[in-house]
Amino acid sequence: MEYFLELFLGGMTRGSIYALIALGYTMVYGIIGLINFAHGEIYMIGAFTALITASVLTIFGLNPFAILVLAGLAAVVYSSAYGFTIEKVAYKPLRNAPRLSPLISAIGMSIFLQNYVLLAQTSDFMPFPNLIPEFAFMEPWAHIIGSSEIVILAVTAVAMVLLTLLIKFTRIGKAMRATAQDRKMAMLVGVNINRVISVTFIIGSSLAAIGGLLIASHIGQINFYIGFIAGIKAFTAAVLGGIGSIPGAVLGSFVLGWTESFATGYISSDYEDVFAFSLLVLILIFRPAGILGRSESKKV
Amino acid sequence: MFFVNEIKKSLLISCWFIFLTFPIMVIRINPYEEIVDYRWNNLILVGVGSFILSLVGRAVQRRREKIGQNDTDQTAGSTFRIATKMYVPLVALSVLVICCFPFVFSTYQTNIMTTALIYVVLGLGLNIVVGLAGLLDLGYVAFYAVGAYSYALLNYHFGLGFWTVLPIGAGLGALFGILLGFPVLRLRGDYLAIVTLGFGEIIRLILENWNDFSFGPSGIANIPRPSFFGMEMSLQAATIYIYFLMVGLAVFTVFVVNRLQHSRIGRAWIALREDEIACQAMGIDKTKTKLTAFALGATWAGMMGVVFAAKTTFINPASFTFLESAIILSIVVLGGMGSILGVIIAAFILILLPEYLRAFSDYRMLLFGATMVMMMVFRPQGLVAPRRRCYQFRKTDDPAAGIK
Amino acid sequence: MKITLNLVLSAIAVVFALSGPVNAGETIKIGFAGSLSGDLASYGLPALNGVKLAVEEINANGGILGRTVEILAEDDVCKPEIATNTATKLVSNGVHVVVGHICSGATKASLGIYKAANVIVMSPSATNPALTQSGDYPIFYRTIASDDAQARSEVDFAVNVLKLKKIAVIHDKGDYGKGLAEYAENFITKSGRAEVVLFEGVTPGAVDYSAVVQKIRRKKADGVIFGGYHPEASKIVMQMRKKRMKIFFISDDGVKDETFIKVARKYAEGVYATGPRDVSKNPLAVSVTEKYKKSFGKEIGVFSLNAYSAAQALLNGIARAGTTDYVAVSKALKNEYVETPLGRISFDERGDAIGVGFSMYQVQNGEYVEL
Repeated sequence: MEYFLELFLGGMTRGSIYALIALGYTMVYGIIGLINFAHGEIYMIGAFTALITASVLTIFGLNPFAILVLAGLAAVVYSSAYGFTIEKVAYKPLRNAPRLSPLISAIGMSIFLQNYVLLAQTSDFMPFPNLIPEFAFMEPWAHIIGSSEIVILAVTAVAMVLLTLLIKFTRIGKAMRATAQDRKMAMLVGVNINRVISVTFIIGSSLAAIGGLLIASHIGQINFYIGFIAGIKAFTAAVLGGIGSIPGAVLGSFVLGWTESFATGYISSDYEDVFAFSLLVLILIFRPAGILGRSESKKV
Repeated sequence: MFFVNEIKKSLLISCWFIFLTFPIMVIRINPYEEIVDYRWNNLILVGVGSFILSLVGRAVQRRREKIGQNDTDQTAGSTFRIATKMYVPLVALSVLVICCFPFVFSTYQTNIMTTALIYVVLGLGLNIVVGLAGLLDLGYVAFYAVGAYSYALLNYHFGLGFWTVLPIGAGLGALFGILLGFPVLRLRGDYLAIVTLGFGEIIRLILENWNDFSFGPSGIANIPRPSFFGMEMSLQAATIYIYFLMVGLAVFTVFVVNRLQHSRIGRAWIALREDEIACQAMGIDKTKTKLTAFALGATWAGMMGVVFAAKTTFINPASFTFLESAIILSIVVLGGMGSILGVIIAAFILILLPEYLRAFSDYRMLLFGATMVMMMVFRPQGLVAPRRRCYQFRKTDDPAAGIK
Repeated sequence: MKITLNLVLSAIAVVFALSGPVNAGETIKIGFAGSLSGDLASYGLPALNGVKLAVEEINANGGILGRTVEILAEDDVCKPEIATNTATKLVSNGVHVVVGHICSGATKASLGIYKAANVIVMSPSATNPALTQSGDYPIFYRTIASDDAQARSEVDFAVNVLKLKKIAVIHDKGDYGKGLAEYAENFITKSGRAEVVLFEGVTPGAVDYSAVVQKIRRKKADGVIFGGYHPEASKIVMQMRKKRMKIFFISDDGVKDETFIKVARKYAEGVYATGPRDVSKNPLAVSVTEKYKKSFGKEIGVFSLNAYSAAQALLNGIARAGTTDYVAVSKALKNEYVETPLGRISFDERGDAIGVGFSMYQVQNGEYVEL
């Protein structure tokens, strides 16, 4: 039973990270119907910005808590700025282009950003300072769940609640929902589409940056390639839950995290990813629009 | 006044990029020794660079708009349209270049050209699935792997030769295409994309983990090059031989794909791409059409896999990653979906570009990514926008029209 | 008809091959092939620098056989399919010997091309056992010990010194890591004094390894042998220690890297790793290390000394043989000893270096200490 619990919590930690990245995918997809392949790179840039800020501040001798907050802030600001700029440079000119063109632009952007960080920084793995302290009261349970896992779960939960509130109750949230439903119609009733799209990219990027900061602090190292792998997984999670649906992305991420964790724990980690992708294929065969996605019946 | 305004805007943009690139370009930390390196000259570089780029970009955009106002019809797409009377000399010239290439350039160049030709065929194969039938496939590399491993394994266990396995590889590719096609028939658009991506990864992971079957990550070495009636060939002769073999296969592919495109099934694919429901209403069997698209697309990948294994004489699962699928897909989209000439040009650009960018060594992948973005931004419809074929009754039929 | 075509092809090819390199026949060309860009560039570039130092030195002393030595460096990004292009390019540019490739997969892919051209290849870093042991590539040599020797010393250490009974063997699913892990598993089973309780691969780059770590605990392993590189090793070690598991962790020379200690910090303490024998006392190694720092302004890299030694051994072989002819040079390589920063080395029948081996290291107070 304890083993089960350990795997369950491990899977949930994974799922939380996937969720933070998957939300960016799903929101962008919901609004402009684009698979933003460069989203994983935003997560990577967030982690790098946090690392750089934290290192500079450590040399100035700030206390750890202040460093954590400032590094997080820098990561969020810079990731949002990158997300915003990428949209303006690589996707906006393609808004009326054939459906696949922005996808290729996104793949190109992803390659570009990876190599940009590789060249400007380094190809080596960089140690990431452990920004989350070990809580003393956690000691009896330390072999089951660590403090960084707790922080990851808590931060993800808070982020989800805030995002839901934002989408449900604010003006911009309403505008986002309207745009997702019908872009032309939203334009007609006076929604500023460009603004909505920019805000979507900024929110998605901020969430990815938080994910980047948390996971980097959890596993203790980053390099320029972490975004790509995490991005593919998060994208899978978003589709699993039903792409375009925000609760779907979260649910899909947890399902994916648990699948991987239990597959490793009870079967073998050799085929961890095979299980993850097979689950995806299976679910999509029976629910072609994902777990929570609404399958639209097209009217002719 | 107007000009001042432009400069102001560009200055603003350059300030934004300075801000954006500041932590990554300027600060370099050495976390081991807690030293921070400030590279201020990079700041100036980014500032000046983005200023100039933005100014140039604006100027280009303005000119484009002006031209666009004057004559809206003349899009840049027409630049690639070749007048019919140019066909004969053009074809003759390219035949001459293709035939002389390996004798003029070194073995290395020939080898690269062979790689480019492999990608031409891969691009044309994927073009059937993505360009014609409109099914977004992100796992195309799986079929390529199937072909490569079928040659390597059949040769290892049963000693089958290249020429025997070439059709077998193609057949296995088609079989896997159908295997993948069946479960995903119901899926649309991007769901299909992720499932195919997953399928590609599953194949690669199985090859990586199932040691008894595939020899795992260490791969299979000593795969024989294609034989020529059992003759031993020097490396150079073999390279040239594979080159001409690939030229032959590429020409064959172009011919077949071109015929397919205008056949009944080809037109069904295009109809499917444009509107699934209308297509069904016209009495086209959706299931069959999709499956043939998958199967025929995968056939080429399987075949090229065999050639790839024979060319490199060594394969391992690391050659069949998602990035490979992405490159092949980029070839199709960059070339202009559904356009054969476009796919050929794009394959040469995307495969030869990184090779010849080697002079920039470190920067080549950066430039590669940037080129992909730029090309899409400036030519979103691809290099050669596909043209619908018009069927017109004419008394003297142009015989060259069928062969591109 | 077709046979004559082939004859014509090869005849023309030969003509071009002959006309190509003749004009540059004055120098001795030593090729270098390895990852000079991409994510594994941190292995390739220092190795190339090592070759540069060795060649500079020889040229400063008047070259060999009265000819100066020239380096032709090519990037293979450690990818097999690109490595064949790289090899073809080197061969068609008429190199006499090659130092490379850096990665085992790329090496394996390209050896056929060198073999066809009778070019001797010496790798500073490709440790895959099959490269020499298969006997397929008489042209291949290396200045690093092969993986099975490494797995042997890891297992001997775990079973004889640490007296472990239940060992979990973990790898990163890569060519190098998995190969090593398989050898280790095999040696443990054969020794009969310990059992392998878990044999599993982890996915490189995954965001979390807690599931595998919990599994190791559940299997009650008293030690882990890990095959792979330092990024995954440090993640696993950190998660094990954070989960309060204090069992032994033994790994390979992919982990015996300063970066591992820098990344895992306090969690690295006590980790064992095999690595090439410590040569920091060797006067030649000391002088090369100093020169390296002076010339390139950086600390010496992982395979720099191996690459330096490889270049030295190859050029020495040519000098002794008095020709660049393949047969004569290989004879010289196998019969003559040469003084290198790695020690006095020669090569055995299969091409493995004699006098190069592994020692066990342990992290103590933030440093690797040879045991």
